Amino acid sequence: MQWETVIGLEVHVQLATRSKIFSGASTAFGAEPNTQACAVDLGLPGTLPVLNEQAVAMAVQFGLAVHSDIAEVSVFDRKNYFYADLPKGYQTSQMYHPIVGPGEVEITLDDDTTKRIRIHHAHLEEDAGKSLHEDFLGMTGIDLNRAGTPLLEIVSEPDMRSAKEAVAYLKAIHAIVTYLGISDGNMAEGSMRCDVNVSVRPKGQEAFGTRAEIKNVNSFRFVERAIAFEVERQIELIEDGGTVVQETRLFDPERDETRSMRTKEEANDYRYFPCPDLLPVVLDEAYLDHLRSQLPELPADKRERFQSELGLSAYDASVLSASREMAEFFEEVHHVCGDAKQAANWVQGELSGALNRENLSITNSPISARQLGELLSRVMDDTINGKAAKQVFQALWNGQGENADEIIETKGLKQVTDTGAIEAMIDQVIAESPAQVAQYRDAEPDKRGKMIGYFVGQVMKASRGTANPQQVNGVLKAKLDALL
Amino acid sequence: MHDKTLTQLAASLKSGEFSSRELTAHYLQKIEKTDGKLNSFITVTGEQALDQAEAADKARAGGGDTGILTGIPLALKDIFCTRDVKTSCGSKMLDNFIAPYNATVVEKLSAAGTISLGKTNMDEFAMGSSNENSHFGPVKNPWDLKAVPGGSSGGSAAAVAAGLVPAAMGTDTGGSIRQPAAFCGITGLKPTYGRVSRYGMIAYASSLDQAGPMARSAEDCAHLMNVIAGHDVRDSTSVARGVPDYTETLNAPLSGLKIGLPKEYFGDGLAPEVEKAVRDAVKMYESLGATVREVSLPHTHYAIPAYYVIAPAEASSNLSRFDGVRFGHRCKEPIDLMDLYKRSRAEGFGEEVKRRILIGTHTLSEGFFDAYYTKAQKVRRLIRQDFLDAFEEVDVLMGPAAPTPAFDLGAKKDPVSMYLQDIYTIAVNLAGIPGISVPAGFAGGRPIGLQILGTHFAEAQLLNVAHQYQQATDWHLQLPAIAEENA
Repeated sequence: MQWETVIGLEVHVQLATRSKIFSGASTAFGAEPNTQACAVDLGLPGTLPVLNEQAVAMAVQFGLAVHSDIAEVSVFDRKNYFYADLPKGYQTSQMYHPIVGPGEVEITLDDDTTKRIRIHHAHLEEDAGKSLHEDFLGMTGIDLNRAGTPLLEIVSEPDMRSAKEAVAYLKAIHAIVTYLGISDGNMAEGSMRCDVNVSVRPKGQEAFGTRAEIKNVNSFRFVERAIAFEVERQIELIEDGGTVVQETRLFDPERDETRSMRTKEEANDYRYFPCPDLLPVVLDEAYLDHLRSQLPELPADKRERFQSELGLSAYDASVLSASREMAEFFEEVHHVCGDAKQAANWVQGELSGALNRENLSITNSPISARQLGELLSRVMDDTINGKAAKQVFQALWNGQGENADEIIETKGLKQVTDTGAIEAMIDQVIAESPAQVAQYRDAEPDKRGKMIGYFVGQVMKASRGTANPQQVNGVLKAKLDALL
Repeated sequence: MHDKTLTQLAASLKSGEFSSRELTAHYLQKIEKTDGKLNSFITVTGEQALDQAEAADKARAGGGDTGILTGIPLALKDIFCTRDVKTSCGSKMLDNFIAPYNATVVEKLSAAGTISLGKTNMDEFAMGSSNENSHFGPVKNPWDLKAVPGGSSGGSAAAVAAGLVPAAMGTDTGGSIRQPAAFCGITGLKPTYGRVSRYGMIAYASSLDQAGPMARSAEDCAHLMNVIAGHDVRDSTSVARGVPDYTETLNAPLSGLKIGLPKEYFGDGLAPEVEKAVRDAVKMYESLGATVREVSLPHTHYAIPAYYVIAPAEASSNLSRFDGVRFGHRCKEPIDLMDLYKRSRAEGFGEEVKRRILIGTHTLSEGFFDAYYTKAQKVRRLIRQDFLDAFEEVDVLMGPAAPTPAFDLGAKKDPVSMYLQDIYTIAVNLAGIPGISVPAGFAGGRPIGLQILGTHFAEAQLLNVAHQYQQATDWHLQLPAIAEENA
């Protein structure tokens, strides 16, 4: 039988506010345990939440970016359950009236086709603390630094039909939130996590199959692998005469499998009700207009502009607009050197290669966009040739100079364009290569073009790479042909 | 000194008749000698109080801009968090809890120069109408030690009535200021929901809880309201609205005042002697120039059922934080997390608290939520509308604060008969309006309270109406015999 996979994602995005969603404590990552938890975060008796306006603005910005209806009135609810890292015994969330209503995101697939994925809603909530099960001799340590960190939970419709689509969707969300600057999108630090709902159904069938929810998957790669495993598990189960049960599963990246965590019967009754400590959030048109006017250029617009205005290929435009950091880097390089094609080639080629080799992100690039742009300017004004440019790049990467000009100067990489000097070097090479000259002379005229490469190489070597290759080529040909 | 009202004491401090230190020492001595019989305090902070009193005297001596309450001793219901002083909320659960911060009300009172003598007894987590639900034992009514003082702010009411402190802070979720004020013969104001910050007040039912003053007179309450009322950025439900000087309008004449008597407040279950005292008070108002008419609050009989859905629902969630993990009671040798939760909470909470957590957990459960919680919220809106409609016709409503005078300790064994105590007070919290209870007579030596209700933010009017009555009567100035013992 032919099976179709149906996937929906719940993406939790940590919002990049300086303080927590309901308290003034800092949200900075990596502090000593429990040093960033104030009385409110600890759920001390008598404390009350006060909504962080910035978190609201960020949620609205996201909603506007995915063309959602923004709720005029949204309400915080309490989700009640007991857990050691949940200080108040409830999580403040938005169950019944979320701030961001239905919207949609366009994803680009490998074959450059696009697809629209609908967003059901997105709501604001507070994160819980962390339970640390290691290092406490059979006991559990609680770190409440994360408790109260603002999250935007973005819930998609079950519109994805493959792991690839799910990853493309997740990447699109990642690009949008990082472009907006509402999250650092750092998946390794948990700034973006997702729950994956997966089901399968016979191709052509309209009704959805029973779904399993895979909790807390925290990388693009894991999303792909978790779905792949889960789809196979469900199909096998059904084909062997079994039925899929609705349950929550965990993905184990070490074993590359998902495991049952709890079934529907064991699920908590969260007893949601409106939080009486917080007023409904009421937003007016003027506020939305204000935020709308401040939206930055978003990934889809940028990709379009890179193609239409800068003349980049669809592929280049897509790669360079995939992340805000990449796009900003590229645009700065382009701005400095003035040539989009050259900038695109270097950012995607030499720079990306070097970053990948050393496992660095573009924000940690040892070479700044300005430095790279200046380097490319020197190529374009013929100060250096392409080969020297790579040397300069390497030197900048290694921190051997402040800028391209300094390195060109100290390394003497300036292209030699003085005809007299070049002629002198050529004469010397010809004089020292009688055998090659003889071969050249005796060769069929149409073979000579290839043979000239040897002489060019020798001249470049003699000039330590600084001679202008086109110039060398021209002069050599004239001189050799004169010997015929 | 202890027979004076807070307003009189403030004048004496100002004139230099006695110092705050003398006054504070006097009250501490009275507490020391009398409170063994009443049990109105859980914690007395004598040393700290004397230090504060000396500081207040210095501030006064230094001249400058000292508030009129500088040096006045007060007591705080043990529901208000106080830095460095235990805040138990009447519970074993918090018998070891010391908050690292002050409630906003505490901060404001302290900034106004008042002195805290300590923390008063209360029904555990403010759940009760007799102060018999305290981990620290019941409080006795100063007028009759066989009687309850009312609850949940029973300790505050008893301490003020017995002359152990000139005034105290209470909280009112369903009548917890007004009913004990009535039972103990003092004046207690529950402000409009949102008028006073709830920050640092341990939550029972967040949408109903409100702090207010309990004192000998309406004038005393006005002075205290001037200090505690106002918006607080730390409490989103506190209202950003100007605060009047509540003392300024105390003497406005009552001619033309339109009084409504809700017919539902004079029906079955109302003790005849209470009804008589209330109707006598109303007659007194007529003599002061007010007109009286009967009005109806048709949804009154739904108030108790609605309250006992909404309040326990919120409480079940509010009290989840008492889990033995970060503060409060923790059971010995827990074997795992679930065991820690179960035993810490089973040991730490009293019976009534557990009952309300169970009720609330049930009413919020899947399948029951709409039938209980959603419906109760609809009823709540109808009750509020009843009041708003009534205030279209009249300026204030009057009726009894409680159906009977204080009952005997141990008299109400089943929870529902206890819940019915709050029949005249609970709707007020559901509607969010202010209410005040003023002494209006006695029956069998036990005080009777007249309840006056106004529309949202009508505290100044309520205080004015109460004050004018107190200018014409002296019920509020009477003291129980115990107040004169050891005097």
